[in-house]
Amino acid sequence: MTDLVIVGSGPAGMSAAIAAYEAGIRDILILERDNRLGGILGQCIHNGFGLHRFGEELTGPEYAWRYEEKVRAMNIPFKLGTMVLDISEDKVITATNEEDGIFQIKAKAIILAMGCRERSKGALNIAGTRPAGIFSAGTAQKFVNIEGYMPGKNVVILGSGDIGLIMARRMTLEGAKVHAVCELMPYSGGLARNIEQCLNDFGIPLKLSHTVVEIHGKERLTGVTIAKVDENRRPIPETKEYITCDTLLLSVGLIPENELSKSAGVSLDRVTSGAIVDQDRQTNIEGIYACGNVLHVHDLVDYVSEEAEIAGKSAAAYIRGEKAESISVGIKTDGKIRYTVPQKITQNKDVNVYFRVSDVFRNVTVAVYKNGEKVFTKKRPKVAPGEMESVKLSCEIFSDCNELEFRLEQN
Amino acid sequence: MYDVAIIGAGVVGGMIARELSRYNLRTVILEKENDVAMGATKANSAIVHAGFDAKVGSLKAKLNVKGSEMMEQVAKELGVKYKRNGSLVIGFSDEDLETIKELYERGTKNGVRDLAILDREQLREIEPNIGKKATCALHAPTGAIICPYELTVASIGNAMDNGAELITSFEVTSINRENGAYEICSKDQTVSARYVVNAAGVYSDAVAKMVGDDTFTVHPRRGEYILLDKECGTLVSHTIFRTPSKMGKGILVSPTVDGNLITGPTSVDMEDKTDKSTTAEGFAHVIKETAENVEGVPFGKTITSFCGLRAVGSTGDFIITSPLKGFVNAAGIESPGLSSAPAIAEYIVDILHESGLELHKNKDFNPTRRPMHHFREASIEEKNAIIAKDKSFGKIVCRCETVTEGEILEAIRTNPKPRDLDGVKRRTRSQMGRCQGGFCSPRIVELLSRELGIKYEEVTKFGGESVINFGKTKGGKG
Repeated sequence: MTDLVIVGSGPAGMSAAIAAYEAGIRDILILERDNRLGGILGQCIHNGFGLHRFGEELTGPEYAWRYEEKVRAMNIPFKLGTMVLDISEDKVITATNEEDGIFQIKAKAIILAMGCRERSKGALNIAGTRPAGIFSAGTAQKFVNIEGYMPGKNVVILGSGDIGLIMARRMTLEGAKVHAVCELMPYSGGLARNIEQCLNDFGIPLKLSHTVVEIHGKERLTGVTIAKVDENRRPIPETKEYITCDTLLLSVGLIPENELSKSAGVSLDRVTSGAIVDQDRQTNIEGIYACGNVLHVHDLVDYVSEEAEIAGKSAAAYIRGEKAESISVGIKTDGKIRYTVPQKITQNKDVNVYFRVSDVFRNVTVAVYKNGEKVFTKKRPKVAPGEMESVKLSCEIFSDCNELEFRLEQN
Repeated sequence: MYDVAIIGAGVVGGMIARELSRYNLRTVILEKENDVAMGATKANSAIVHAGFDAKVGSLKAKLNVKGSEMMEQVAKELGVKYKRNGSLVIGFSDEDLETIKELYERGTKNGVRDLAILDREQLREIEPNIGKKATCALHAPTGAIICPYELTVASIGNAMDNGAELITSFEVTSINRENGAYEICSKDQTVSARYVVNAAGVYSDAVAKMVGDDTFTVHPRRGEYILLDKECGTLVSHTIFRTPSKMGKGILVSPTVDGNLITGPTSVDMEDKTDKSTTAEGFAHVIKETAENVEGVPFGKTITSFCGLRAVGSTGDFIITSPLKGFVNAAGIESPGLSSAPAIAEYIVDILHESGLELHKNKDFNPTRRPMHHFREASIEEKNAIIAKDKSFGKIVCRCETVTEGEILEAIRTNPKPRDLDGVKRRTRSQMGRCQGGFCSPRIVELLSRELGIKYEEVTKFGGESVINFGKTKGGKG
């Protein structure tokens, strides 16, 4: 029996481990499928990480190293090259690696920190051929930054998620020509600062309300046909335009990887595709916690670390058998606010509630209603789907109710 | 000098090669692509048809029923997954019911066992998610599912283990008859053989013409498919066909033997034999008819979509002929070609024998092949025994389908050896899951490069110009 097993050693897994250690837990094991700690940060060699946490701009590997150093200094055990195959509801973890073969560990508590994967081309049903030269942006990033090879010279990017924007700049710096970034929606899903620094600074056009309607080329990609879409996101035939290119990168969304969570019986939120959690990031299964991009997709790693610390600290309290006063307050949203994390409150304490909105809205108020009465407001000049928002609710709000409603109201 | 040269390494060519390897013969398979199973074999419905569809007395009827009966044993010997899940032809009207009765009669005459006509309630009892408007069905319990490229890789691998040879990237450009033998040329190689089997799929008419046979033509018919996540693989248990009409057989919905759900195909006659592109109209058609066949198919869970080209012959039946001594056509092998393949192989070997090919039993012939997915199917104890001997079986490369490095290396080293990413995919199921190779393909490129002794940037997706990388980055270590 191990006190705490953490699945994944990205920024979420390492922060959670350090927080649990600092809360007094020593019997910890981190399981990492890759051959090094740090998760996807290892291939994110651009800067911009850690502004909130450390007040400086770090690269991905530098940010990861701040945590890896601590994990190593604390002698927190980890196994690399180790893939978790199954987690049972009674917290038995089955995993495999080269040295141990397939093995099982029973844990008192588990923190899920597996991260997310990119939505693939398959899910998009783009018409045309199936040549080589179509990659998700993260795969291209791995080829360029880790393997040192160029997967393309003439590039079109579909989707303006942050990895796509980062790769537009990266490919350009490596000598490729990025012809356009097409975004189906009338707004970008990426951070404003990335649009400025990765596209505008390099003169790469961002074509909003555009999509790729056909793929050409029998062996390697030879071109794509793009088109403008109407308000129902249907392509407008007369706006079709052919772009000669050898590479199509996709940055069309991230999906939390919750196959293991499902095997453990964890209930998932249909909007986030991650677990439904309380303020401690505990799932519906007692002693199983989730944090980072496996819980919901974050735009800044700083918030991943913060969230993981909550999970680590809470798991430590659970392992020690501490139980706080228990309440049950659900959080409902109005659709303009797509989801919140946490989705429910089970302890009477101050809570930061994170959320994302469904569209770009200007001059709005985030309002929280309790029993039909407005009990909290926060004004925002602009909110957008690409930028996570948060509000801090103090514990009094949770008294005498079993549900809070989050609404986005026009000023 | 080979005894027999088979042109085309699809399921038909593969099964013929295996059948020939039972005898003391020098057999070679010539394939124009970089790997086996690259034509109609890799993109079809993956169904072993019961045999009620084909016209009574046709070759299709005879070989389908026989092939379907043989398939379970063939699959067992070759270690290929096979599941007799049964098929249903569902009807929506009285007119459909009449057609279903005709199919029942025809199937019975063709020798299909255990056919039954089901009413609305019986249909829902065995298939609860069937479309609300379906009123009746033909039930064929002998219908089955199989993976066509797994079967082809296994049959060619087994033939090679028993002595057959495979030459890939050999596109036949001409065939000459010299002193009673055939000289088969590609742009840079020549192979001589006493007998030739033409199993060249959509190109079999062109190959026949090379020896002066212009009695038939073959044209490609596009079939588009959408494949869904394993989460959806239990939505139906049978293969669900619609009642055939003037408009064709329509869209089927079926679990695959690997646990996904497949929907399709469209049916559009084409001219270009190389055009495997999908269309927005095709997707819309597949989605619309699927929704009528089965309730609640979640197309949001699509994993991939693809297009196959059926080899449609000009005679309406399989074209198995011998236009001149020692040359046999296996042409126009459209549906039910996969189902018929084991029977076609026996039939072709009989024709070769009748035209003079001596058949002496190869006493070392081993009909069995280690299952391609033996590790995947093993128990934890068995897996650990394998890992103890070779630790690379403990290391997962493809997360979504949990494929280990050991399995990938084993596939790369096993006949017929894959030479590209798609070849590894078809043998191991790596890159076939939800992320479609996003995480694992860089690692597989590395393994292929190392094992084949080629540069990293020379690794392709499926041969030819389908390279993955163009060269090193500015500071690339490479």
